[in-house]
Amino acid sequence: MPIVSIRNLTKEFNNIIAVKDLSFTVNKGDVYGFLGQNGAGKSTTIRMLLTLIQPTSGDIEVFGLQLSRHRKEILKNIGAVIEKPDTYKYLSAYENLKLFAKLSGIKPSHQKLMDQLEMIGLAERANDKVKTFSQGMKQRLGIGIALVHNPQLIVLDEPTNGLDPQGIADIRNLILYLSRELHKTLIVSSHLLNEIEQIATRVLIIDRGRKIIEENANTLFDPAQTIVQIKTANDKQTMALLQDTIWSSYLCKENSTEVVLRMNKKNIPQFIHFLATRDIEIESVQPRNNLEDYFLQVTAGKQHVHTFKN
Amino acid sequence: MFTLLRIEIYKIFSKPRTYLAFAAITALILIVQLGLKVDGNEYAAFVLADLSNTLQIDGKIINGYFVCYVVLQLLLVHVPLLIALIAADMISGEANMGTLRLLVTKPVSRSGLLIAKFLASAVYTIILLIWIAVLALFVSMYIFGTDDMFLLKNNYAVQIEKADIFWRYAGAFFFATLAMLTVAALGFFLSQFADNSIGPIVATMSIIIVFTILSTMSIPIFNIIKPYLFTTHMVAWKEFFDVKLNADNETIAGSLQRGDKIIKSAAILVLHIVLFVGASIWVFKKKDVLS
Repeated sequence: MPIVSIRNLTKEFNNIIAVKDLSFTVNKGDVYGFLGQNGAGKSTTIRMLLTLIQPTSGDIEVFGLQLSRHRKEILKNIGAVIEKPDTYKYLSAYENLKLFAKLSGIKPSHQKLMDQLEMIGLAERANDKVKTFSQGMKQRLGIGIALVHNPQLIVLDEPTNGLDPQGIADIRNLILYLSRELHKTLIVSSHLLNEIEQIATRVLIIDRGRKIIEENANTLFDPAQTIVQIKTANDKQTMALLQDTIWSSYLCKENSTEVVLRMNKKNIPQFIHFLATRDIEIESVQPRNNLEDYFLQVTAGKQHVHTFKN
Repeated sequence: MFTLLRIEIYKIFSKPRTYLAFAAITALILIVQLGLKVDGNEYAAFVLADLSNTLQIDGKIINGYFVCYVVLQLLLVHVPLLIALIAADMISGEANMGTLRLLVTKPVSRSGLLIAKFLASAVYTIILLIWIAVLALFVSMYIFGTDDMFLLKNNYAVQIEKADIFWRYAGAFFFATLAMLTVAALGFFLSQFADNSIGPIVATMSIIIVFTILSTMSIPIFNIIKPYLFTTHMVAWKEFFDVKLNADNETIAGSLQRGDKIIKSAAILVLHIVLFVGASIWVFKKKDVLS
C-alpha cells in the first residue's frame, strides 16, 4: 500500500530547476533511502512533502490524500527532522517535547513524555536547557519531537549530519528499531551511502532534480549484477581482446579504455582464468556491488572535483 | 487557536530578552521619578520661569499625575524599540533558530500560526504598557501624591482638576497601547523578510524615527504627507489632556478639546494594524520556508 505517492513533481526557484518531473512511491513499512549529491534536490523534495515549500507543478499524495487539500490531516501523521534538529534553546528537553506535542494536537501525560525521553536517551537531562546539549543530544531530541505524536510516516533529512561515529550508530539503531519493532514507514535522506545501505529497503537516487533510479535495495545489491573493474598491464589491448568474445556482452563501457564489466559474482574466477590463458597480465580485480559504487557509477561524470590519478 | 496563542505567549515569556525590556523600563521610570523627587521643584521653577510674573499657581505642580505625563512623554520614544525587540523577532527569530520549519510542518494552518504569533506579541505589548502604567502612574501617585494637573502646551497652559484626570490617563494608556500595537504590527510584518531579527528590528526603528522626524518638522513640503504617516497619529494620546473652556475661560470637566482627532487617529492606527497583519499573513502563506 503506497504511503507516499509523488507524481511529476517540479520546483523552480527563479528559473532554476531544483526538481524536475520527479515521481516515486513509498510503500507502507519501507525504509526509503533518498540519495543524491549536494544540490541534487533531496531537501527540496522533502520540503515539498512537508509543505515547507510549494511545488511549481506536480502532485503529492500521502496516506491516499491530496497534500494540497488535506494538509492538516496528513501532517498529524508525519514526524520530521529537517537537516539540523533545531529546537528552542532557552527551553529544556522536556519543555520542547511538550510544546511540540501540543502543536501536533496531542496532550501527552508526564509519564509518556518521560518515556519518550527515555527512548532517546535523554531522560536524565530532561530538565536541562537545550543550549547545554551536544549535537548528538540535539539530534536525538529532534527525533524524539518527530516521534512524540506517534506518526505513521517519519521523514529524516540528513539525520546523521555532524554526528560522531557513536552518534551515527545510535541513529541507525533507532531507525532500525522504528522500522522493525514499531513498523513505521521512514524516508531517510543522507549522503552517507554506507548508512543508507545498512538500513534501506528501497532506494531512490536523484541527480540534478531528476530521478536516476528507484529500486529495491535487494535488487540494487544483487550479486548477479556485480560491477567488476579489472586493471591490466595494457587495458587497451585487453579491451580489444574482449570485443570478439562472449565477455563483450558484459562490458559496461564498450568504447572505454577501462575494463569494467557487470556480471554474476560467481563468474569472476572464470573471467580471470580466461584473461590468464590469453597472457593478459592482471594487476588488480575490484568487484563492486555496494551502494557507494553504484551511486558513483550512475552519477558518473558529475563529480564536483576531478579525481587524482596515481 | 487558543493552544497556539498559549504556546506563543509561553515562548515569549520564556526568553530572558523579554525581562530585559521590563527591567529597562523599570530603571528608566525610577530614574525619572528619583530625579523629580530630588530636584522636582527646581525643575518646575525652571519650566514656569516665563510665567511666574503673570500666573499665580497654588498647590503641588510636581504631583503624581504630572510626573506620569513627563514619564510618558519621555518613554513613548523608547518603548517602540522594546516592542520591536519582540515583535520583529516573532518570525525572523524562529527562522534564525531553525524552528520555523519545524513549526510549519506541524498540523496548524499558516494563517492561524501567524495570527497567534501577532496576538502573542500584542499580549506582550499590552502587559508592557500595563507595567508602565503601574510604575508611571500608580507609583508616582504614591510617591508624589495627587493634585490638579498643570500642563504647558505650545502657546497656552492647561489646568485639569484632580477629579477629572484619572479617566484621561485610562484613555491615554488605551490609545498608547493602540499606537504601540501599530509598531508591533510593523515589526511583525518586516519580520517576514529576514532570517535574523536584527534587520527587522533596525528597519522598524528606522521607519519610526524617520516618520517621527517628518511628523514633527514644520516644513511646508512635509506638511502634505504628515496626515498619511502613522507616527503623526501615534501621539494623539496627548489630546486626552486638552480640555474645552467655558465662557468664563474655565475648564469644562470631562471635556476633550479635539475628541474627533482621537477617534480619527485611533481609526487610522487600527487600519495600519489590520494592513500590516493582513499583509504578513498574505506573504507568509505564499512563502517558501527555506531556513
